[in-house]
Amino acid sequence: MRQTPAAISAQGIHKRFLVKETKQTVHALDDVSIEVPAGTLTALVGPDGAGKTTFLRLVTGLMQAQEGSLKVLGYELPKDAQAVQDRISYMPQRFGLYEDLSVQENIDLYADLHGVSPEARHERYDRLMRMTNLAPFTNRPAGKLSGGMKQKLGLACTLVRSPQLLLLDEPTAGVDPLSRRELWDIVRQLIAEEHITVLVSTAYLDEAELCARVFVLDHGKLLAAGTPEEISRNAQGLTYIATPPADEAPRLLQSRLLDDEAEVIDAVPHGGEVRVVRKKQGDAASTVQELEGAPLRPTQARIEDGFMVLLREKKGKRLGDVSALQEAAPAGPQANGNGNGNGNGNGNGNGNGNGNGNGDQRDGAAQGDTMIEVHDLVRKFGDFTAVDRTSFNVRRGEIFGLLGPNGAGKTTTFRMLCGLLPASGGSLQVAGVNLRTARARARKRIGYVSQKFALYGNLSVKENLEFFGGAYGLTGAHLRERIATVLRQFELEGQEETRSGQLPGGFKQRLAMAVGLLHAPEILFLDEPTSGTDPLARREFWRRITALASAGTTVVITTHFMEEAEYCDRIVIQDAGKLLALGTPAQVRAQAGETDAHRLNMEEAFIGIVERARGQTQEARAA
Amino acid sequence: MSQHQIERDASGGAAGFRRRLLSLVRKEVRQLLRDRANLMIGFGLPLVLIFIFGYGLSLDVKSAPVAVVLEDASPTAFDIIAGLRLSPYLAPRLVDSQREAETLMNDREVDGILHVPNDFSKRLAAGDGRVQLLLQGADASRANIIRGYVTGALNSWAQKQADRDPSGANGGAGSKAGTVVVVDRMWFNAANTSTWYLVPGLVVLIMTLVGAFLTALVMAREWERGTLEALFVTPVHPVEVLLAKIIPYFAVGMGGLALCLFAAKFLFGVPIYGSLLILTFSCMLYLLVALGIGLVISSSTKNQFVASQIALLASFMPAMMLSGFMFDLRNVPVVIRVIGNALPATYFMELIKTLFLAGDNWYLIFKDCGVLAAYAVVLLGLARAVTRKRLD
Repeated sequence: MRQTPAAISAQGIHKRFLVKETKQTVHALDDVSIEVPAGTLTALVGPDGAGKTTFLRLVTGLMQAQEGSLKVLGYELPKDAQAVQDRISYMPQRFGLYEDLSVQENIDLYADLHGVSPEARHERYDRLMRMTNLAPFTNRPAGKLSGGMKQKLGLACTLVRSPQLLLLDEPTAGVDPLSRRELWDIVRQLIAEEHITVLVSTAYLDEAELCARVFVLDHGKLLAAGTPEEISRNAQGLTYIATPPADEAPRLLQSRLLDDEAEVIDAVPHGGEVRVVRKKQGDAASTVQELEGAPLRPTQARIEDGFMVLLREKKGKRLGDVSALQEAAPAGPQANGNGNGNGNGNGNGNGNGNGNGNGDQRDGAAQGDTMIEVHDLVRKFGDFTAVDRTSFNVRRGEIFGLLGPNGAGKTTTFRMLCGLLPASGGSLQVAGVNLRTARARARKRIGYVSQKFALYGNLSVKENLEFFGGAYGLTGAHLRERIATVLRQFELEGQEETRSGQLPGGFKQRLAMAVGLLHAPEILFLDEPTSGTDPLARREFWRRITALASAGTTVVITTHFMEEAEYCDRIVIQDAGKLLALGTPAQVRAQAGETDAHRLNMEEAFIGIVERARGQTQEARAA
Repeated sequence: MSQHQIERDASGGAAGFRRRLLSLVRKEVRQLLRDRANLMIGFGLPLVLIFIFGYGLSLDVKSAPVAVVLEDASPTAFDIIAGLRLSPYLAPRLVDSQREAETLMNDREVDGILHVPNDFSKRLAAGDGRVQLLLQGADASRANIIRGYVTGALNSWAQKQADRDPSGANGGAGSKAGTVVVVDRMWFNAANTSTWYLVPGLVVLIMTLVGAFLTALVMAREWERGTLEALFVTPVHPVEVLLAKIIPYFAVGMGGLALCLFAAKFLFGVPIYGSLLILTFSCMLYLLVALGIGLVISSSTKNQFVASQIALLASFMPAMMLSGFMFDLRNVPVVIRVIGNALPATYFMELIKTLFLAGDNWYLIFKDCGVLAAYAVVLLGLARAVTRKRLD
């Protein structure tokens, strides 16, 4: 074996792509130098389009850089690509499992390709099955596994033998917190036992915290490199917790803090409070102990705080302007007839008052209106019950979150609420209309933004708006006026003639939301809108949602980012089709066992609740 | 342990090649058998084609309706009609007036009008018997065939008249005696049925379908679903990936050949005059060509939808329209003929029809097999060149 001082040594890498449709060159990697020492766990962090996947593909020899030198395990790339490929294991972002083949057949295929001997196989399989808990499903076709299990199977295929270098491309993208934790347990166990070198890419900054070294990429450029502590240190002494007034939702304080550009770099709701990263004033942070009327107390900086400081320094990016969203409230509650009858600001029994009890923020919007009423909702697919007797209500102007592991019934519930899927049983009222009997009428009053970009890429922004406006029955002056309004609200003015397929990611999402809100629906449904977007774009997205809700639009949203539950007034947690928790984030954390002495973040609360419920089901089965 | 494995793998050579290939082929066969869409294209569609072309589709004209306007009520005239009735290809229909006949023609109730004028027998006696035949010319080839049948029926009636009355005493029919009579025989398709002509051509269509279309689809699927990305970062060689696609679909194609031969012999009674060995050999060559086309298309498009469209347009449709399956290439415009002559399917079509219906013609066997072998080498080489372990 040759001596390998560094597992990966990349110097001044440039990789450009020509995008056929637009004839533009994309600089996927721009003078990137990365050194991965052997035997370490290294993370490649950055939002979508940062260049993470491109870098990993260069390391595998599946792509070639235009400039720079790249050595992997002592072999020169692209010259010795096969030698590298014989020695590494690579799990692509979308691990291409053969869906017609069973779990066992998929693993066998990779064992054969890697030349794992029958003797070695026995022991290895036992271990992989133990780690992944796939043993009961060995005969199941890979296509019939849930998303989290597919990822685990992909990892098992990658690990049929112990490689010298393991490359994982966003192994936890689109995976729920439970599966995410399991995947990381597997990786860490391997590193402890076999001392292999691992390079993992991720959009989750908290995962980078687990790694020895972190490389932060942004738009093809290396933003920072170092240990997680070194990255966090950028925000050291600048990070605080702000406590919102008793009657205010944390997201409202957060949104006001973000507006304070002179003082604040970043703010996120966290555990019923708000994490704030302040701007450095001169040599030290400002000594003011209060911002926007909320008292501050210092806290330990996390990697995400450091990352936000770096992003703001490099880009000086301002967040978008959401004032236009606040001024224009969508169609009033005329359909419900009783308008403000239930009175404002009485808190609606939200235990700790950080729900929607703040009448001053939502003058006009009647708090008591029930916009969505779900009772004993059931959906079956053959013998399989995807949603099992679920009941909840959503009130006007609420931000309501649906959370759950993969296969929990979240998407099914969501589709039934939007009228895309008929229910098998129970009652379902949306905006006062029974969805089971009058779906078309309900649809006029709801807006829907799907997970994927579902607009016509070769139509311009304006053409898309005109088309969807027509589809919603808007015409003439009214349509023109609505288009002008949403263009202003989502800061798309000046982009009217751009083909929507050529818009940058953030603009695409804004356009999708603009289309969803074109007919001024009372309820907006959003399906995992923040998957794969960078923290900055997520802040901006949530600020828009906060503004929309303040103006009276009801928002129902699904998300994989548990910390985003903190933006919601109330959330439900589902697993195996059953509703496990319903309430404000604080109530859900309390249900998971949070006390003043033992604080939980949303992710811990979520995992706690789901695991406890699963434990009970197993006990019940055993009994 | 792991070091040891890797060393062995890198030096694995032939053993590693065999093991990986076997594993990939096994995977391919499993996928083929488990995917209903693949099975439909691989086995269902060939069967449907055999039945459509064998039973459903025919280029023959049988019992063509022809209106007969009989203005001459003489026994001779009636005798002519009886002669027409004897022909299995014609269904004469007596009508009262020319106008009625024309109405029937306009309504496409009949394909032709035979007009027997009132002075027919009189003029026939004078040696100048005339009838008028009007044909529905919208379908020109059908009109030609009907003209042939009507003329043939009239001639054979005249012949019979002459035989019966060689002296020529009874009317002028005898005046025909001494004219040259053409006795025609249809060689290589003695029964003159298009089934004999179509079924051998079906072999070409089915090989193209399985080799080019199905293979393009399954290979493009691997690119599209990203299954190759993880596969490539293993000791696997691109040749192994290609061979693993070629071997199972080659077998499916040969299955299609067996099906066609069985159907030809036992269902449609098409003779196979040529040697079965040479027939099988030429099919194998063409199958390799088709597989080459499919693999080149899929590896260069990397997209199932585009690959299936291109495979359909570039291989299946031309094999059906331009290879001489339906239309004789010598009768088409030069441009089409040039395109047709560039298609490997054309050479295979020529060869297979000859092998089925005429027997072993060694000149054609060497010429066409040579062309097919050259195509196979070029296309498979091209497939190897475009299938690389690269994503950019």
